[in-house]
Amino acid sequence: MSAQENSQESSIGLGVENLFAGYGETVVLDDVTVDAKAGGTLAILGRNGVGKTTLLNTIMGFTTRHSGSVKLGGRTIETETPHKRVLAGIGYVPQEREIFPSLTAEENMLVAMRPGGWTLEKVYELFPRLAERRRNAGNKLSGGEQQMLAVARALVGGPQVLLLDEPMEGLAPVVVESLFEALAKVRDESGVTMILVEQHVDLALEFAKDAMVLDRGKVVWEGTCEALKADEAMQASLLGVGAEI
Amino acid sequence: MMNDPKNTAPAAGPQMLGGKFSLTWHLLPWVLAIIFYFTAEGYLSLGTQAIIWVLFTMSLDLALGYAGIVTLGHAALFGFGAYCAGIFSIHVTGDPLTGLLVATVLTAALGFVTGILILHTTGVTFLMLTLAILSMLFEFANSAKWLTGGDDGLQGMSIDPLLGVFEFDFFGHTAYLYSLAILFIWFVIAWQIVHSPFGKSVDGIRQSPKRMRAIGTPVWWRLVAIYTISSAMAGSAGGLLAHSTQFVGLSALSLFTSGIVAVMLILGGTKRIYGAFIGAVIYVFVQDYTAKLNPHLWEFIIGGLLIAVVLFLEGGLISLVDKARDGLARLVGKGERS
Repeated sequence: MSAQENSQESSIGLGVENLFAGYGETVVLDDVTVDAKAGGTLAILGRNGVGKTTLLNTIMGFTTRHSGSVKLGGRTIETETPHKRVLAGIGYVPQEREIFPSLTAEENMLVAMRPGGWTLEKVYELFPRLAERRRNAGNKLSGGEQQMLAVARALVGGPQVLLLDEPMEGLAPVVVESLFEALAKVRDESGVTMILVEQHVDLALEFAKDAMVLDRGKVVWEGTCEALKADEAMQASLLGVGAEI
Repeated sequence: MMNDPKNTAPAAGPQMLGGKFSLTWHLLPWVLAIIFYFTAEGYLSLGTQAIIWVLFTMSLDLALGYAGIVTLGHAALFGFGAYCAGIFSIHVTGDPLTGLLVATVLTAALGFVTGILILHTTGVTFLMLTLAILSMLFEFANSAKWLTGGDDGLQGMSIDPLLGVFEFDFFGHTAYLYSLAILFIWFVIAWQIVHSPFGKSVDGIRQSPKRMRAIGTPVWWRLVAIYTISSAMAGSAGGLLAHSTQFVGLSALSLFTSGIVAVMLILGGTKRIYGAFIGAVIYVFVQDYTAKLNPHLWEFIIGGLLIAVVLFLEGGLISLVDKARDGLARLVGKGERS
Protein backbone atom coordinates (compact mmCIF):
# COMPACT_ATOMS: atom_id res chain seq x y z
CA MET A 1 0.00 0.00 0.00
CA SER A 2 1.37 3.42 -0.91
CA ALA A 3 1.96 6.11 1.64
CA GLN A 4 -0.87 8.14 0.20
CA GLU A 5 -3.43 5.38 0.40
CA ASN A 6 -2.33 4.98 3.94
CA SER A 7 -2.62 8.65 4.79
CA GLN A 8 -6.02 8.26 6.41
CA GLU A 9 -4.57 6.12 9.14
CA SER A 10 -1.07 7.45 9.52
CA SER A 11 -1.30 11.20 9.99
CA ILE A 12 1.70 13.46 10.18
CA GLY A 13 2.13 16.66 12.10
CA LEU A 14 3.79 19.97 11.40
CA GLY A 15 6.38 21.64 13.57
CA VAL A 16 7.83 25.11 13.46
CA GLU A 17 10.82 25.90 15.64
CA ASN A 18 12.28 29.27 16.65
CA LEU A 19 11.04 30.87 13.51
CA PHE A 20 11.99 34.42 12.62
CA ALA A 21 10.38 35.53 9.39
CA GLY A 22 8.74 38.45 7.64
CA TYR A 23 8.78 40.40 4.42
CA GLY A 24 12.22 41.42 3.23
CA GLU A 25 14.15 42.96 6.11
CA THR A 26 11.04 43.38 8.22
CA VAL A 27 10.65 40.71 10.88
CA VAL A 28 7.03 39.88 11.64
CA LEU A 29 7.36 36.52 13.36
CA ASP A 30 9.61 36.75 16.39
CA ASP A 31 10.84 33.39 17.64
CA VAL A 32 7.68 31.41 16.95
CA THR A 33 7.45 27.72 17.78
CA VAL A 34 4.43 25.71 16.74
CA ASP A 35 3.66 22.07 17.28
CA ALA A 36 0.67 20.85 15.33
CA LYS A 37 0.19 17.26 16.42
CA ALA A 38 -0.41 14.56 13.85
CA GLY A 39 -4.12 14.25 13.14
CA GLY A 40 -4.88 17.11 15.50
CA THR A 41 -6.46 20.49 15.05
CA LEU A 42 -4.70 23.68 16.05
CA ALA A 43 -6.36 27.08 16.15
CA ILE A 44 -4.10 30.11 15.79
CA LEU A 45 -5.74 33.11 17.38
CA GLY A 46 -4.87 36.73 17.88
CA ARG A 47 -5.89 40.23 16.99
CA ASN A 48 -5.57 41.63 13.50
CA GLY A 49 -2.05 42.12 12.27
CA VAL A 50 -0.23 39.98 14.82
CA GLY A 51 1.26 37.67 12.18
CA LYS A 52 -1.23 34.82 11.86
CA THR A 53 -1.40 34.94 8.08
CA THR A 54 2.35 35.56 7.91
CA LEU A 55 2.85 32.34 9.87
CA LEU A 56 0.83 30.33 7.35
CA ASN A 57 2.58 32.10 4.47
CA THR A 58 5.93 31.23 5.99
CA ILE A 59 4.94 27.59 6.36
CA MET A 60 4.12 27.73 2.64
CA GLY A 61 7.34 29.50 1.74
CA PHE A 62 5.92 32.79 0.51
CA THR A 63 7.80 35.06 2.93
CA THR A 64 11.39 35.77 3.85
CA ARG A 65 12.61 33.35 6.50
CA HIS A 66 15.48 34.71 8.57
CA SER A 67 16.02 31.68 10.77
CA GLY A 68 14.25 28.75 12.32
CA SER A 69 12.91 25.52 10.90
CA VAL A 70 9.69 24.15 9.46
CA LYS A 71 9.21 20.40 9.63
CA LEU A 72 6.51 18.32 8.02
CA GLY A 73 6.44 15.02 9.85
CA GLY A 74 10.15 14.42 10.24
CA ARG A 75 11.09 16.17 7.05
CA THR A 76 12.72 19.59 6.98
CA ILE A 77 10.95 21.71 4.37
CA GLU A 78 11.89 25.31 5.12
CA THR A 79 14.25 25.57 2.16
CA GLU A 80 11.88 23.96 -0.35
CA THR A 81 9.99 25.98 -2.96
CA PRO A 82 6.26 26.42 -2.27
CA HIS A 83 5.10 23.88 -4.81
CA LYS A 84 7.41 21.22 -3.39
CA ARG A 85 5.97 21.81 0.07
CA VAL A 86 2.55 21.13 -1.41
CA LEU A 87 3.83 17.96 -3.02
CA ALA A 88 5.30 17.01 0.36
CA GLY A 89 1.81 17.13 1.83
CA ILE A 90 0.70 20.64 2.76
CA GLY A 91 -2.66 21.95 1.59
CA TYR A 92 -3.26 25.68 1.73
CA VAL A 93 -6.57 27.51 1.69
CA PRO A 94 -5.65 31.20 1.46
CA GLN A 95 -7.72 33.99 2.88
CA GLU A 96 -8.38 35.50 -0.54
CA ARG A 97 -9.63 32.13 -1.86
CA GLU A 98 -8.17 33.01 -5.25
CA ILE A 99 -10.46 30.93 -7.39
CA PHE A 100 -9.43 31.08 -11.06
CA PRO A 101 -12.26 33.09 -12.63
CA SER A 102 -11.92 31.72 -16.15
CA LEU A 103 -11.92 28.06 -15.12
CA THR A 104 -15.07 26.18 -14.15
CA ALA A 105 -15.50 24.94 -10.60
CA GLU A 106 -14.46 21.47 -11.69
CA GLU A 107 -11.48 22.71 -13.70
CA ASN A 108 -10.34 24.66 -10.65
CA MET A 109 -10.03 21.31 -8.93
CA LEU A 110 -8.62 19.40 -11.90
CA VAL A 111 -5.57 21.65 -12.06
CA ALA A 112 -4.77 20.83 -8.43
CA MET A 113 -5.59 17.14 -8.54
CA ARG A 114 -2.94 14.57 -7.75
CA PRO A 115 -2.94 10.80 -7.40
CA GLY A 116 -3.67 9.90 -3.82
CA GLY A 117 -5.69 13.06 -3.23
CA TRP A 118 -9.43 13.26 -2.81
CA THR A 119 -11.47 12.22 -5.82
CA LEU A 120 -14.10 14.46 -7.34
CA GLU A 121 -16.83 12.10 -6.09
CA LYS A 122 -15.54 12.39 -2.55
CA VAL A 123 -15.36 16.17 -2.77
CA TYR A 124 -18.88 16.37 -4.20
CA GLU A 125 -20.12 14.20 -1.39
CA LEU A 126 -18.62 16.65 1.08
CA PHE A 127 -19.86 19.70 -0.83
CA PRO A 128 -23.00 18.74 -2.80
CA ARG A 129 -23.34 22.40 -3.73
CA LEU A 130 -20.14 22.19 -5.79
CA ALA A 131 -21.53 19.25 -7.75
CA GLU A 132 -24.47 21.43 -8.78
CA ARG A 133 -22.13 24.24 -9.75
CA ARG A 134 -19.37 22.17 -11.34
CA ARG A 135 -19.80 23.68 -14.80
CA ASN A 136 -20.01 27.27 -13.63
CA ALA A 137 -17.05 29.58 -14.15
CA GLY A 138 -15.13 30.53 -11.04
CA ASN A 139 -16.36 34.11 -11.09
CA LYS A 140 -19.98 32.95 -11.24
CA LEU A 141 -19.77 31.36 -7.81
CA SER A 142 -20.94 32.98 -4.61
CA GLY A 143 -18.55 33.73 -1.78
CA GLY A 144 -19.56 30.60 0.08
CA GLU A 145 -19.20 28.43 -2.98
CA GLN A 146 -15.79 29.92 -3.68
CA GLN A 147 -14.71 29.10 -0.15
CA MET A 148 -15.94 25.51 -0.50
CA LEU A 149 -14.06 25.31 -3.78
CA ALA A 150 -10.90 26.67 -2.17
CA VAL A 151 -11.09 23.93 0.46
CA ALA A 152 -11.93 21.30 -2.15
CA ARG A 153 -9.02 22.42 -4.31
CA ALA A 154 -6.68 21.84 -1.39
CA LEU A 155 -8.18 18.42 -0.64
CA VAL A 156 -7.81 17.03 -4.17
CA GLY A 157 -4.06 17.57 -3.80
CA GLY A 158 -4.05 14.97 -1.03
CA PRO A 159 -2.76 17.07 1.85
CA GLN A 160 -1.69 15.62 5.16
CA VAL A 161 -1.60 19.00 6.80
CA LEU A 162 -4.26 21.53 5.86
CA LEU A 163 -3.72 25.26 6.47
CA LEU A 164 -6.94 27.27 6.62
CA ASP A 165 -6.70 31.05 6.68
CA GLU A 166 -9.93 32.56 7.98
CA PRO A 167 -12.22 30.32 5.96
CA MET A 168 -15.36 31.81 7.50
CA GLU A 169 -14.49 35.42 6.73
CA GLY A 170 -17.22 37.43 5.06
CA LEU A 171 -19.70 34.59 4.82
CA ALA A 172 -23.36 34.63 5.82
CA PRO A 173 -24.09 32.76 9.08
CA VAL A 174 -25.97 29.98 7.34
CA VAL A 175 -23.02 29.43 4.99
CA VAL A 176 -20.60 29.48 7.90
CA GLU A 177 -22.65 26.75 9.51
CA SER A 178 -22.57 24.40 6.52
CA LEU A 179 -18.87 25.03 5.87
CA PHE A 180 -18.12 24.38 9.52
CA GLU A 181 -19.96 21.07 9.33
CA ALA A 182 -17.99 20.06 6.25
CA LEU A 183 -14.66 20.97 7.83
CA ALA A 184 -15.62 19.05 10.97
CA LYS A 185 -16.26 16.04 8.78
CA VAL A 186 -12.80 16.37 7.24
CA ARG A 187 -11.36 16.69 10.76
CA ASP A 188 -13.16 13.60 12.08
CA GLU A 189 -12.97 11.30 9.09
CA SER A 190 -9.79 11.99 7.18
CA GLY A 191 -7.03 12.15 9.76
CA VAL A 192 -5.70 15.32 8.14
CA THR A 193 -3.83 17.59 10.52
CA MET A 194 -5.50 20.99 10.47
CA ILE A 195 -4.16 24.43 11.33
CA LEU A 196 -6.89 27.05 11.46
CA VAL A 197 -6.45 30.80 11.60
CA GLU A 198 -9.75 32.32 12.58
CA GLN A 199 -11.22 35.58 13.82
CA HIS A 200 -14.40 33.91 15.06
CA VAL A 201 -12.93 32.84 18.40
CA ASP A 202 -15.99 30.88 19.50
CA LEU A 203 -16.05 28.89 16.27
CA ALA A 204 -12.32 28.26 16.39
CA LEU A 205 -12.39 27.06 19.98
CA GLU A 206 -15.31 24.80 19.24
CA PHE A 207 -13.60 23.39 16.16
CA ALA A 208 -10.04 22.83 17.32
CA LYS A 209 -8.47 20.81 20.06
CA ASP A 210 -5.41 22.93 20.69
CA ALA A 211 -4.95 26.65 20.49
CA MET A 212 -2.20 29.19 20.48
CA VAL A 213 -2.40 32.96 20.68
CA LEU A 214 -0.05 35.30 18.84
CA ASP A 215 0.61 38.88 19.76
CA ARG A 216 3.01 41.11 17.85
CA GLY A 217 4.65 38.13 16.25
CA LYS A 218 5.22 36.22 19.47
CA VAL A 219 3.42 33.23 20.95
CA VAL A 220 1.84 34.53 24.14
CA TRP A 221 -0.33 31.58 25.09
CA GLU A 222 -0.58 27.88 24.25
CA GLY A 223 -2.82 25.14 25.52
CA THR A 224 -6.00 23.28 24.87
CA CYS A 225 -9.11 24.97 23.56
CA GLU A 226 -10.97 23.65 26.60
CA ALA A 227 -8.72 25.62 28.90
CA LEU A 228 -9.05 28.82 26.91
CA LYS A 229 -12.80 28.41 26.56
CA ALA A 230 -13.20 28.01 30.31
CA ASP A 231 -11.20 31.11 31.17
CA GLU A 232 -13.04 34.12 29.82
CA ALA A 233 -10.79 36.59 31.58
CA MET A 234 -7.84 35.07 29.80
CA GLN A 235 -9.66 35.30 26.48
CA ALA A 236 -10.41 38.94 27.06
CA SER A 237 -6.86 39.81 27.98
CA LEU A 238 -5.27 37.81 25.18
CA LEU A 239 -7.67 38.48 22.39
CA GLY A 240 -9.05 41.81 23.49
CA VAL A 241 -12.41 43.37 23.05
CA GLY A 242 -13.71 43.02 19.55
CA ALA A 243 -11.75 39.89 18.80
CA GLU A 244 -15.05 38.25 18.05
CA ILE A 245 -16.00 40.08 14.92
CA MET B 1 -28.29 32.65 0.51
CA MET B 2 -24.85 32.81 -1.02
CA ASN B 3 -25.38 36.05 -2.82
CA ASP B 4 -22.20 37.91 -2.34
CA PRO B 5 -22.49 40.91 -4.68
CA LYS B 6 -18.73 40.91 -5.23
CA ASN B 7 -18.95 37.60 -6.94
CA THR B 8 -21.81 38.17 -9.29
CA ALA B 9 -19.77 40.25 -11.71
CA PRO B 10 -20.25 39.24 -15.34
CA ALA B 11 -17.86 36.69 -16.68
CA ALA B 12 -14.95 38.36 -18.37
CA GLY B 13 -13.78 36.97 -21.66
CA PRO B 14 -14.87 33.71 -23.14
CA GLN B 15 -17.76 31.99 -21.49
CA MET B 16 -17.59 29.35 -24.17
CA LEU B 17 -15.18 27.04 -22.51
CA GLY B 18 -14.37 25.14 -25.66
CA GLY B 19 -16.65 22.20 -25.35
CA LYS B 20 -19.61 24.17 -26.58
CA PHE B 21 -18.37 24.48 -30.13
CA SER B 22 -20.49 22.14 -32.20
CA LEU B 23 -19.01 20.17 -35.04
CA THR B 24 -20.56 22.52 -37.60
CA TRP B 25 -18.66 25.47 -36.21
CA HIS B 26 -15.48 23.42 -36.06
CA LEU B 27 -15.84 22.51 -39.73
CA LEU B 28 -16.56 26.04 -40.91
CA PRO B 29 -12.99 27.44 -41.19
CA TRP B 30 -11.72 24.32 -42.90
CA VAL B 31 -14.60 24.19 -45.35
CA LEU B 32 -14.06 27.86 -46.14
CA ALA B 33 -10.37 27.18 -46.68
CA ILE B 34 -11.16 24.36 -49.13
CA ILE B 35 -13.75 26.46 -50.95
CA PHE B 36 -11.14 29.21 -51.22
CA TYR B 37 -8.76 26.73 -52.80
CA PHE B 38 -11.20 25.89 -55.57
CA THR B 39 -12.57 29.36 -56.20
CA ALA B 40 -9.76 31.80 -55.64
CA GLU B 41 -7.30 30.82 -58.33
CA GLY B 42 -4.59 33.46 -58.38
CA TYR B 43 -5.00 34.24 -54.71
CA LEU B 44 -3.54 30.99 -53.40
CA SER B 45 -0.18 32.54 -52.52
CA LEU B 46 -1.99 35.13 -50.46
CA GLY B 47 -4.08 32.37 -48.91
CA THR B 48 -0.93 30.46 -48.04
CA GLN B 49 0.47 33.56 -46.35
CA ALA B 50 -2.75 33.85 -44.36
CA ILE B 51 -2.53 30.22 -43.25
CA ILE B 52 1.08 30.66 -42.15
CA TRP B 53 0.17 33.76 -40.17
CA VAL B 54 -2.73 31.90 -38.57
CA LEU B 55 -0.31 29.24 -37.38
CA PHE B 56 2.14 31.84 -36.10
CA THR B 57 -0.64 33.75 -34.35
CA MET B 58 -1.94 30.55 -32.79
CA SER B 59 1.53 29.92 -31.37
CA LEU B 60 1.51 33.37 -29.78
CA ASP B 61 -1.95 32.68 -28.38
CA LEU B 62 -0.57 29.70 -26.46
CA ALA B 63 2.21 31.80 -24.94
CA LEU B 64 0.60 35.21 -24.55
CA GLY B 65 -3.10 34.40 -24.51
CA TYR B 66 -3.18 31.30 -22.37
CA ALA B 67 0.02 31.45 -20.35
CA GLY B 68 0.25 35.23 -20.08
CA ILE B 69 3.84 35.24 -21.35
CA VAL B 70 4.03 38.78 -22.72
CA THR B 71 6.71 38.55 -25.36
CA LEU B 72 7.99 40.85 -28.07
CA GLY B 73 10.37 38.22 -29.34
CA HIS B 74 8.08 35.77 -31.06
CA ALA B 75 9.51 36.74 -34.44
CA ALA B 76 12.81 35.28 -33.20
CA LEU B 77 11.20 31.86 -33.20
CA PHE B 78 9.37 32.40 -36.49
CA GLY B 79 12.47 33.70 -38.25
CA PHE B 80 14.69 31.04 -36.72
CA GLY B 81 12.34 28.35 -38.02
CA ALA B 82 12.33 29.94 -41.45
CA TYR B 83 16.14 30.14 -41.64
CA CYS B 84 16.49 26.57 -40.35
CA ALA B 85 14.15 25.25 -43.02
CA GLY B 86 15.84 27.36 -45.69
CA ILE B 87 19.41 26.49 -44.77
CA PHE B 88 18.52 22.84 -44.33
CA SER B 89 17.03 22.70 -47.83
CA ILE B 90 20.18 24.18 -49.32
CA HIS B 91 22.79 22.15 -47.46
CA VAL B 92 21.12 18.89 -46.58
CA THR B 93 17.99 17.91 -48.44
CA GLY B 94 15.14 19.65 -50.19
CA ASP B 95 12.53 17.28 -48.83
CA PRO B 96 9.93 19.63 -47.34
CA LEU B 97 8.59 17.38 -44.58
CA THR B 98 12.04 16.56 -43.26
CA GLY B 99 12.99 20.21 -43.46
CA LEU B 100 9.85 21.25 -41.62
CA LEU B 101 10.42 18.69 -38.91
CA VAL B 102 14.01 19.87 -38.47
CA ALA B 103 12.90 23.52 -38.32
CA THR B 104 10.21 22.64 -35.77
CA VAL B 105 12.49 20.62 -33.54
CA LEU B 106 15.35 23.15 -33.64
CA THR B 107 13.02 26.03 -32.89
CA ALA B 108 11.49 24.08 -30.02
CA ALA B 109 15.03 23.60 -28.70
CA LEU B 110 15.70 27.32 -29.03
CA GLY B 111 12.47 28.08 -27.19
CA PHE B 112 13.32 25.55 -24.49
CA VAL B 113 16.80 26.94 -23.88
CA THR B 114 15.82 30.61 -23.99
CA GLY B 115 12.71 29.81 -21.96
CA ILE B 116 14.79 28.22 -19.23
CA LEU B 117 16.99 31.32 -19.20
CA ILE B 118 14.37 34.03 -19.20
CA LEU B 119 11.11 32.64 -17.83
CA HIS B 120 12.30 33.27 -14.29
CA THR B 121 11.57 36.90 -14.97
CA THR B 122 8.26 38.61 -15.59
CA GLY B 123 6.88 41.90 -16.82
CA VAL B 124 9.16 44.51 -18.32
CA THR B 125 12.33 42.51 -17.59
CA PHE B 126 10.97 39.56 -19.53
CA LEU B 127 9.82 41.83 -22.34
CA MET B 128 13.30 43.34 -22.65
CA LEU B 129 14.95 39.93 -22.62
CA THR B 130 12.73 38.68 -25.45
CA LEU B 131 13.60 41.83 -27.33
CA ALA B 132 17.31 41.23 -26.70
CA ILE B 133 17.12 37.67 -28.02
CA LEU B 134 15.30 38.87 -31.12
CA SER B 135 17.89 41.60 -31.73
CA MET B 136 20.77 39.19 -31.27
CA LEU B 137 19.34 36.72 -33.75
CA PHE B 138 18.57 39.52 -36.18
CA GLU B 139 22.14 40.83 -36.00
CA PHE B 140 23.55 37.36 -36.34
CA ALA B 141 21.47 36.68 -39.44
CA ASN B 142 22.48 40.09 -40.76
CA SER B 143 26.21 39.57 -40.32
CA ALA B 144 26.58 35.85 -41.04
CA LYS B 145 26.31 36.36 -44.79
CA TRP B 146 28.00 33.04 -45.56
CA LEU B 147 25.11 31.22 -43.90
CA THR B 148 22.07 33.41 -44.25
CA GLY B 149 22.84 35.71 -47.13
CA GLY B 150 22.72 38.70 -44.81
CA ASP B 151 20.37 41.48 -45.84
CA ASP B 152 20.07 40.05 -49.35
CA GLY B 153 18.15 37.20 -47.82
CA LEU B 154 18.66 33.48 -48.17
CA GLN B 155 18.92 32.59 -51.84
CA GLY B 156 19.11 29.39 -53.75
CA MET B 157 16.62 27.24 -51.94
CA SER B 158 15.07 24.44 -53.89
CA ILE B 159 12.31 22.39 -52.44
CA ASP B 160 11.65 18.85 -53.61
CA PRO B 161 8.13 17.72 -54.44
CA LEU B 162 5.99 17.08 -51.40
CA LEU B 163 5.93 13.34 -50.61
CA GLY B 164 8.01 12.98 -53.77
CA VAL B 165 4.90 13.65 -55.90
CA PHE B 166 3.47 17.15 -55.60
CA GLU B 167 5.67 19.85 -57.09
CA PHE B 168 5.61 23.28 -55.49
CA ASP B 169 4.02 25.08 -58.44
CA PHE B 170 4.11 28.75 -59.35
CA PHE B 171 0.43 29.24 -58.50
CA GLY B 172 0.87 27.83 -55.04
CA HIS B 173 -1.56 24.89 -55.13
CA THR B 174 0.79 22.57 -53.31
CA ALA B 175 2.02 25.18 -50.85
CA TYR B 176 -1.57 26.08 -49.94
CA LEU B 177 -2.72 22.55 -49.20
CA TYR B 178 0.57 21.67 -47.53
CA SER B 179 0.31 24.67 -45.20
CA LEU B 180 -3.35 23.97 -44.53
CA ALA B 181 -2.57 20.37 -43.57
CA ILE B 182 0.21 21.44 -41.21
CA LEU B 183 -2.07 24.09 -39.70
CA PHE B 184 -4.73 21.45 -39.13
CA ILE B 185 -2.29 19.16 -37.32
CA TRP B 186 -1.13 22.00 -35.08
CA PHE B 187 -4.69 23.14 -34.51
CA VAL B 188 -5.67 19.69 -33.21
CA ILE B 189 -2.62 19.63 -30.95
CA ALA B 190 -3.28 23.15 -29.64
CA TRP B 191 -6.98 22.42 -29.05
CA GLN B 192 -6.14 19.29 -27.10
CA ILE B 193 -3.51 21.12 -25.06
CA VAL B 194 -5.64 24.05 -24.00
CA HIS B 195 -8.50 21.79 -22.96
CA SER B 196 -6.29 19.40 -21.01
CA PRO B 197 -5.58 19.78 -17.28
CA PHE B 198 -2.11 20.95 -18.36
CA GLY B 199 -3.69 23.71 -20.41
CA LYS B 200 -5.97 24.67 -17.54
CA SER B 201 -3.02 24.84 -15.20
CA VAL B 202 -1.24 27.18 -17.61
CA ASP B 203 -4.41 29.27 -17.67
CA GLY B 204 -4.28 29.31 -13.88
CA ILE B 205 -0.66 30.43 -13.93
CA ARG B 206 -1.62 33.43 -16.04
CA GLN B 207 -4.24 34.37 -13.46
CA SER B 208 -2.17 33.74 -10.34
CA PRO B 209 1.25 32.09 -10.37
CA LYS B 210 1.39 32.30 -6.59
CA ARG B 211 -1.87 30.46 -6.22
CA MET B 212 -0.72 27.76 -8.63
CA ARG B 213 2.40 27.25 -6.54
CA ALA B 214 0.18 26.97 -3.49
CA ILE B 215 -1.63 24.03 -5.06
CA GLY B 216 1.60 22.30 -5.93
CA THR B 217 2.21 23.29 -9.54
CA PRO B 218 5.82 23.64 -10.72
CA VAL B 219 5.04 27.00 -12.31
CA TRP B 220 8.34 27.60 -14.03
CA TRP B 221 8.45 24.19 -15.69
CA ARG B 222 4.90 24.54 -16.93
CA LEU B 223 5.79 27.90 -18.46
CA VAL B 224 8.90 26.43 -20.08
CA ALA B 225 6.78 23.59 -21.44
CA ILE B 226 4.10 25.79 -23.00
CA TYR B 227 6.74 28.20 -24.31
CA THR B 228 8.56 25.29 -25.95
CA ILE B 229 5.35 24.08 -27.59
CA SER B 230 4.58 27.61 -28.72
CA SER B 231 8.12 27.88 -30.11
CA ALA B 232 7.77 24.64 -32.04
CA MET B 233 4.58 25.96 -33.58
CA ALA B 234 6.15 29.31 -34.47
CA GLY B 235 9.12 27.45 -35.96
CA SER B 236 6.75 25.39 -38.08
CA ALA B 237 5.12 28.55 -39.33
CA GLY B 238 8.54 29.94 -40.22
CA GLY B 239 9.43 26.69 -41.97
CA LEU B 240 6.25 26.87 -44.03
CA LEU B 241 7.10 30.44 -44.98
CA ALA B 242 10.53 29.36 -46.22
CA HIS B 243 9.09 26.43 -48.18
CA SER B 244 6.21 28.30 -49.76
CA THR B 245 8.19 31.38 -50.83
CA GLN B 246 11.52 29.58 -51.30
CA PHE B 247 13.16 32.61 -49.78
CA VAL B 248 13.90 33.88 -46.29
CA GLY B 249 14.53 37.57 -45.65
CA LEU B 250 15.72 39.39 -42.56
CA SER B 251 12.22 40.78 -42.08
CA ALA B 252 11.16 37.41 -40.66
CA LEU B 253 13.37 38.25 -37.66
CA SER B 254 12.27 41.86 -37.29
CA LEU B 255 10.54 43.47 -34.36
CA PHE B 256 7.86 44.55 -36.80
CA THR B 257 6.98 40.90 -37.38
CA SER B 258 6.55 40.42 -33.63
CA GLY B 259 4.26 43.44 -33.65
CA ILE B 260 2.19 42.18 -36.57
CA VAL B 261 1.54 38.82 -34.96
CA ALA B 262 0.49 40.52 -31.72
CA VAL B 263 -1.90 42.77 -33.64
CA MET B 264 -3.38 39.74 -35.39
CA LEU B 265 -3.93 38.01 -32.08
CA ILE B 266 -5.56 41.01 -30.42
CA LEU B 267 -7.73 41.64 -33.48
CA GLY B 268 -8.98 38.08 -33.59
CA GLY B 269 -9.22 37.53 -29.86
CA THR B 270 -6.86 35.96 -27.38
CA LYS B 271 -7.31 32.68 -25.57
CA ARG B 272 -9.62 31.20 -28.17
CA ILE B 273 -7.40 29.40 -30.72
CA TYR B 274 -9.93 30.39 -33.39
CA GLY B 275 -9.16 34.04 -32.67
CA ALA B 276 -5.89 33.48 -34.55
CA PHE B 277 -7.84 32.32 -37.62
CA ILE B 278 -9.94 35.44 -37.76
CA GLY B 279 -7.27 37.97 -36.82
CA ALA B 280 -4.60 36.72 -39.20
CA VAL B 281 -6.92 36.18 -42.17
CA ILE B 282 -8.55 39.59 -41.81
CA TYR B 283 -5.18 41.28 -41.42
CA VAL B 284 -3.66 39.63 -44.48
CA PHE B 285 -6.64 40.27 -46.73
CA VAL B 286 -7.36 43.80 -45.53
CA GLN B 287 -3.70 44.62 -46.02
CA ASP B 288 -3.67 43.17 -49.53
CA TYR B 289 -6.88 44.86 -50.61
CA THR B 290 -6.22 48.30 -49.18
CA ALA B 291 -2.57 48.35 -50.23
CA LYS B 292 -3.77 48.03 -53.80
CA LEU B 293 -5.86 51.16 -53.39
CA ASN B 294 -3.08 53.11 -51.74
CA PRO B 295 0.24 51.81 -50.44
CA HIS B 296 -0.14 53.52 -47.10
CA LEU B 297 -3.83 53.13 -46.55
CA TRP B 298 -3.64 49.65 -45.04
CA GLU B 299 -1.77 50.85 -41.99
CA PHE B 300 -4.56 53.31 -41.24
CA ILE B 301 -7.23 50.71 -41.76
CA ILE B 302 -5.52 48.06 -39.62
CA GLY B 303 -4.70 50.66 -36.97
CA GLY B 304 -8.27 51.89 -36.91
CA LEU B 305 -9.61 48.36 -36.76
CA LEU B 306 -7.29 47.55 -33.86
CA ILE B 307 -8.39 50.62 -31.90
CA ALA B 308 -12.05 49.83 -32.55
CA VAL B 309 -11.63 46.22 -31.42
CA VAL B 310 -9.71 47.11 -28.28
CA LEU B 311 -12.21 49.82 -27.34
CA PHE B 312 -15.49 48.19 -28.25
CA LEU B 313 -15.00 44.45 -28.65
CA GLU B 314 -13.61 42.84 -25.57
CA GLY B 315 -12.53 39.42 -26.69
CA GLY B 316 -11.70 40.48 -30.25
CA LEU B 317 -13.48 39.91 -33.55
CA ILE B 318 -14.28 36.34 -32.60
CA SER B 319 -16.78 37.69 -30.09
CA LEU B 320 -18.83 38.78 -33.13
CA VAL B 321 -18.90 35.16 -34.21
CA ASP B 322 -20.10 34.24 -30.72
CA LYS B 323 -22.91 36.77 -31.02
CA ALA B 324 -23.86 35.52 -34.48
CA ARG B 325 -23.87 31.96 -33.23
CA ASP B 326 -25.96 32.75 -30.18
CA GLY B 327 -28.36 34.72 -32.38
CA LEU B 328 -28.67 31.79 -34.78
CA ALA B 329 -29.21 29.40 -31.90
CA ARG B 330 -32.03 31.60 -30.62
CA LEU B 331 -33.60 31.81 -34.07
CA VAL B 332 -33.41 28.05 -34.49
CA GLY B 333 -34.80 27.55 -31.00
CA LYS B 334 -37.74 29.83 -31.78
CA GLY B 335 -38.34 28.05 -35.05
CA GLU B 336 -38.50 24.72 -33.29
CA ARG B 337 -40.92 25.99 -30.68
CA SER B 338 -43.36 27.66 -33.07
